[in-house]
Amino acid sequence: MSELLRVEHLKKYFPVKRSILEVLTKKEEKFVRAVDDISFSIERGETLALIGESGCGKTTTGRVILRLIEPTEGKIIFDGIDITKLGKEQLREIRKRMQMVFQDPYASLSPRMKIGDAIAHPLLIHGLADKEEAKELALQMLKRVGLTPEDEFYNRYPHHLSGGQRQRVVIARAMILKPDFVVADEAVSMIDVSMRASILELLESFREEYNLTMLFITHDIAVAKLIADRIAVMYLGKIVEIGPTDEVLNNPAHPYTLALIQAVPSIVKREKKKMIEITGEVPNAVNPPSGCRFHPRCPFADELCKTKEPELIEIGKNHFVACHHPVKD
Amino acid sequence: MKTIIDVKNLSIYYYTLAGIVRAVENVSFSIGEKEWVSFVGESGSGKSTVAYAILNLVPSPGKIVNGKVVFNGKNLLELDEEEMRQIRGKEISMVFQDPMTSLDPLRKVGDQIAEVLIEHGAEKEEAFERAKELLRMVNLPEDRINYYPHQLSGGQRQRVAIAMAMAFHPKLLIADEPTTALDVIVQDSIMDLIATLKSKGTSIFFVTHDISLAAERSDKIAVMYAGKLVEFGKVEQILDNPLHPYTKALLESVPDVWSERKVSAIPGYPPDLRNPPKGCRFHPRCTIFKIKKELHGICNELETELIEVEKDHFVACHLYRRR
Repeated sequence: MSELLRVEHLKKYFPVKRSILEVLTKKEEKFVRAVDDISFSIERGETLALIGESGCGKTTTGRVILRLIEPTEGKIIFDGIDITKLGKEQLREIRKRMQMVFQDPYASLSPRMKIGDAIAHPLLIHGLADKEEAKELALQMLKRVGLTPEDEFYNRYPHHLSGGQRQRVVIARAMILKPDFVVADEAVSMIDVSMRASILELLESFREEYNLTMLFITHDIAVAKLIADRIAVMYLGKIVEIGPTDEVLNNPAHPYTLALIQAVPSIVKREKKKMIEITGEVPNAVNPPSGCRFHPRCPFADELCKTKEPELIEIGKNHFVACHHPVKD
Repeated sequence: MKTIIDVKNLSIYYYTLAGIVRAVENVSFSIGEKEWVSFVGESGSGKSTVAYAILNLVPSPGKIVNGKVVFNGKNLLELDEEEMRQIRGKEISMVFQDPMTSLDPLRKVGDQIAEVLIEHGAEKEEAFERAKELLRMVNLPEDRINYYPHQLSGGQRQRVAIAMAMAFHPKLLIADEPTTALDVIVQDSIMDLIATLKSKGTSIFFVTHDISLAAERSDKIAVMYAGKLVEFGKVEQILDNPLHPYTKALLESVPDVWSERKVSAIPGYPPDLRNPPKGCRFHPRCTIFKIKKELHGICNELETELIEVEKDHFVACHLYRRR
């Protein structure tokens, strides 16, 4: 396997709006540190799940990687090319190979565009097909994602479809360019649990067909387990643990990972044993806690955790954790 | 066990311009004292509509066309608005998916909790003391009485909504997807809170689309499909020995962290309830119906009935018909 994507020391800070008074009095500008120095890589054909709670920076990470928003610092290297500084034209070229499946199939489809045209659209934008060809390819794609009879679906509008069907359209639109890399942001969160399996199956089939590499962003650990080769756990803009899926789930080393896993409801393991008790809620990313960002909620925190920020260290094969006192079982 | 609420033959239709939506059809069940019953099903299965019907709060254009909701020997559907107001919030209370449904964005949290108490006869000072106590019970610092809802996180707001719901030690708490908008760790703590409420003697009617969430703390699970109650029983009965083909398919479709099996989607889509399939509403998606020729003419023709196949375990499927 070879590496397709590498992210180095990526940061994204959003300025906090200041009032006129604050600007005039030259009050210090503040930033939300949404993504704060993260590094990782993804191999060709691999799926990495990025998990964490709302506000941890996982969605921002996905967007920065595709340069839908600009990074504050750091590098994004795609297939050997540093895309961080690419100009508009070059970025357009590379974007054919990098696509995004958005969270909300209601918001990411234009209500006035026929779904067939929406799927054909990327081909026209990138000048890869003329109108006739694009329509033909879109029809094939509709069939491929299970929206048949395809000529009937071609002419429908998003509001005629169910949530699951719309998500199929969003996937079809991302896949029509045969991308190498896809960021799927909560691709199954908005649809019914019973429909999730079929959407995941669909993504999996494209992964096989195109040898697709995926960054799969989700808050749902059960979904991550199904689809991902590796899992990265984010907390307050940092990656706190990253490793092979089974390793992270069965031997979580960061207390936060353990707390997350323990909170997931399960049919198989109904009896709850609380291994760890964490308190409070995720603090504000404007003023993150000193040292380890998890220390105010962590039952194992000591003086060291309050002052020194832990670095990611390898504790098992390909299994890294950023914690001064990793959990042992 | 003493029965707290007994619902009989409940049918609710929505009279829309596009036609009559048969959202809930002939649903019967009961909830015992200190019992936690979870209603699960896909969106549009009618589970929330049943929840609203208990308090006679089915939103327009919905109408309860048939059935009884018996609570304390009275049919709640026959009470007038004033009698119903005495029961709502006091004997039966409700929390919603979005806590802002029950919170006023313009008023401080403490004022809102106190108001409910004063409405039901408390003195002002006593009401504020009790409001603080209620906040402590839901693990919020008592200074939160001076906060406005927008100053709280989603999880904290849901705690406030639960604090209000707890104010009168209700006999029954109806919780409609109260954790759907929350992260897992917060969800877990809200579920713990509801469990505490149950341990103090309140019965729970819990609505969720996520059957794994129902698995952990419920006593019984009711599975709804396309407006019908298709299976009802104790948690172990439903999860370890599911009988209805829909329940089986639903369980196989849910990703689970601790399971190594592959998930498989339920083929097809739920029906349009303006024109539900004849016979069993699940038959067009049922794999058993597809392979068993002898069921043709039965499942696609005859209405199903909920029958008790073992103690406390009910199923509405022709496979289990009494012969």
